[in-house]
Formats: sequence, C-alpha cells, structure tokens
Amino acid sequence: MLRARAVLGQPIPPASEPLSATSAFQLVGNTPLVEIRRVRDGIAPGVRLFGKLEGFNPGGSVKDRPALKMIQDGLARGALRPGKTILDSTSGNTGIALAMVGAALGYPVELVMPSNVSVERKKVVVAFGAKAIYSDPLEGSDGAIRLCRKILAEAPDRYFKPDQYNNAANPQAHYETTGPEIWRQTAGEVTHFVAGIGTGGTIMGTGRYLKEQNAAVQIVAAEPDDAFHGLEGLKHMASSIVPGIYHEDALDRKIGIATDDAYNMVYRLGREEGLLVGQSSGAAHVAALEVARALEHGTIVVLFADFGDRYLSTNLWLGWQRLQGTLP
Amino acid sequence: MVQVKIPTPLRKYTAGAGSVEAQGATVTALVDDLERRYPGMKARLCDESGQVRRFVNIFVNGEDIRFLKHLDTPLKAGDELSIVPAIAGGR
Repeated sequence: MLRARAVLGQPIPPASEPLSATSAFQLVGNTPLVEIRRVRDGIAPGVRLFGKLEGFNPGGSVKDRPALKMIQDGLARGALRPGKTILDSTSGNTGIALAMVGAALGYPVELVMPSNVSVERKKVVVAFGAKAIYSDPLEGSDGAIRLCRKILAEAPDRYFKPDQYNNAANPQAHYETTGPEIWRQTAGEVTHFVAGIGTGGTIMGTGRYLKEQNAAVQIVAAEPDDAFHGLEGLKHMASSIVPGIYHEDALDRKIGIATDDAYNMVYRLGREEGLLVGQSSGAAHVAALEVARALEHGTIVVLFADFGDRYLSTNLWLGWQRLQGTLP
Repeated sequence: MVQVKIPTPLRKYTAGAGSVEAQGATVTALVDDLERRYPGMKARLCDESGQVRRFVNIFVNGEDIRFLKHLDTPLKAGDELSIVPAIAGGR
C-alpha cells in the first residue's frame, strides 16, 4: 500500500453564488488545474507540474471546446441552419461533444466512427440522440474520414460537416479559451505546455496564445512512437492523413510515446494521484516528465484530455489486474 | 491456409496488402509463419516475452482469442484471423 500523505489543504468551498447556466453548452471550458505532487519521479523541486482536467467539461472531454466553437461558427456563417444535420468523422470524444452540443441546440447529429471504438463511446453518443455509422476497424480513424467524405458527397445539401481536421475554428477555440485559462490559472508562470496530438487543434491554438503572451513558453507534443499503437485519440502524424490545421513548425518539441508506457502511467495517476484519466493523458504525462527531467525550475501544464471511465472496457484495462498482480 | 486481415499501419510489411495467407496449427505458429513471410511483423504483435501486446486484438473467425485459448487457439485451413489495434487516430 502507498503511504497516506499529509493533508495538504481543505476542499475548495462552494462559490458564494450558485453556478448556473441556461444551457449545457454554456458550461464548456473553465476547467480546473490540479498540481501533480507524487508522479514526479524525482524531478527537481523547482519544477511544478499541473494537470488541466478537461474531463470536467459537460461532454467529458477537451473536445467540447472545438465542437462548440465549430457549431457556433457554422451558425454564424449560415452553413448550419434549421433542417441541416451535423455530420463528422470521429474516433470518439469529438463525436460525444458534437452530440452533446447538437442535443442542447436541437440539431440532429450523425457520426462516422471505426467499429472498434469503445462500447462506452458508442452508448454515450446514442444516449445524446446521435446516429452512429461504423467504418472498417482495420482502417482506423482514416477509414472513418474517408467514409464520412463519401456520405457527404452523396447528399451535400443535407449536412453541415464541422470537419475538425481542417476547420480553423478548432484551434481558435483553444486560442480563445484553453490558452487564456492556463495563462490566468498559472498567473503567467507557465513555462511549458504539453499535450497529445489528435487533430492538432489543442496544441496549435493553446500554443499560439501562450507564445503571444510569452515567446519563451515551450510547446511540446506527445505522439505515439509508432504507426501501430493503442493510444486512442492520438495520431502518429508521419503515417496519417495530416490535418490541415496542424503545422509542425509551431511546435518546439515532439516526443514519441510507447503505448505500454502511457498505459502504465494511467494506472499510476489513478493510484498515486487519485486521477483516473484516459490513455492520451497518460502519454502526455510521460512526455511531461521527460521534459521536466532536464529542468531545474519551471511550471509545466499537461493537458489531461478526458477522464478514464469511458475506457474501462478497452484494451487499456483488459488484463491490467494480471499486470498488477491482483488476479492470477 | 488461413486468411489474415492486416490493419493499415502494418501493411508496410505486406507490400500494401490488406489480406494475406499464412499457415500454422495455432495462433503462435501462424505468427511465426507471418514473421518468415513478412519479417518484422512479430515484434509489432508480441512483446519480448512472446505475449500479445496489450493494445493488439487478434480475432479468429470473429472471436477474440482472449476468450478462446490465447496464442494456443487452434487454426485450420479456411479460418480467418484479423489483427485489430485498439482504436487510434485523431478524435
């Protein structure tokens, strides 16, 4: 068993005024930062590590931010109007986010996803009233992208396709919200921002904002170390359809992460920090520790894209008891 | 011969083929045969101890080998084996 830690502080008291909103989508963003105090692996005391907990968004992930922004942008341009259906390809969280915002605004949503996405994801999008269309699991998210293009080409007037891979509103959402939140939450002390790359929207938009505040802030991307990997939500760029919004020259560093290392980090964050997160967060934290090891001082913010409960049926947790020695 | 379905990220070993033939009386033997035909494949599927990597799913005629006999699952001519990674890609 781990040794109990000293009480470090009291729970944050409720705000003096009740938090209320007129619709679920108004609760997107303003997610908390939490300091990572144990899973530090001997890095220098002058280095502080913070996780930004995007699982607190109403749809449960960082993807609520771009989904909301792309839909608001579509409405403003008149590309999305009554009678249209929102259609996109997604391997999960963006689909859940689009389904949530679509439900809140009264628009139907259809989502193309590889048939091997987790059971929880399939159930959540359907629970929000969206229609799921499945693509070949052997072709991964690129297969879903291609099938979605085909569906759109057959009935272009019927659909509004946010197209998260090529829509400037995706990184713009992070430029307008994630970046300013991190700057404010760290009182401008942030020195490094670490996040995984899926569409690249998070790291492009947040990175651009932080660099504008302080050009010395380092932007670090975590990506799978191989084309054949198990890091749901992340893309190995060299072997993928590269998103139009992704510009590698905006990054200071890109770190390849092995699937096993990311999975093991997820187990540790749950047991040692009380933070049950998804595998992309595990990958990002492995990258953050690699960055931290080279520093004497710094404030590193790691983006934890979602919580881990929607992966309990996936390979991440299959057989983990055997690894932990808690089952024969 | 067993038909083996290859996922996109591993098709660099099969000259782009999405379906290949291989043989073996068990999944272990088939993986070894795949390695002979397409060198480099085995290390992607199995770790150093020879176990299937955690993020790799192998299905025989649509059944996950975890619920059969793992690597000892028997194969016969005409079976179909699919290699499916845990979902990956931009969300």
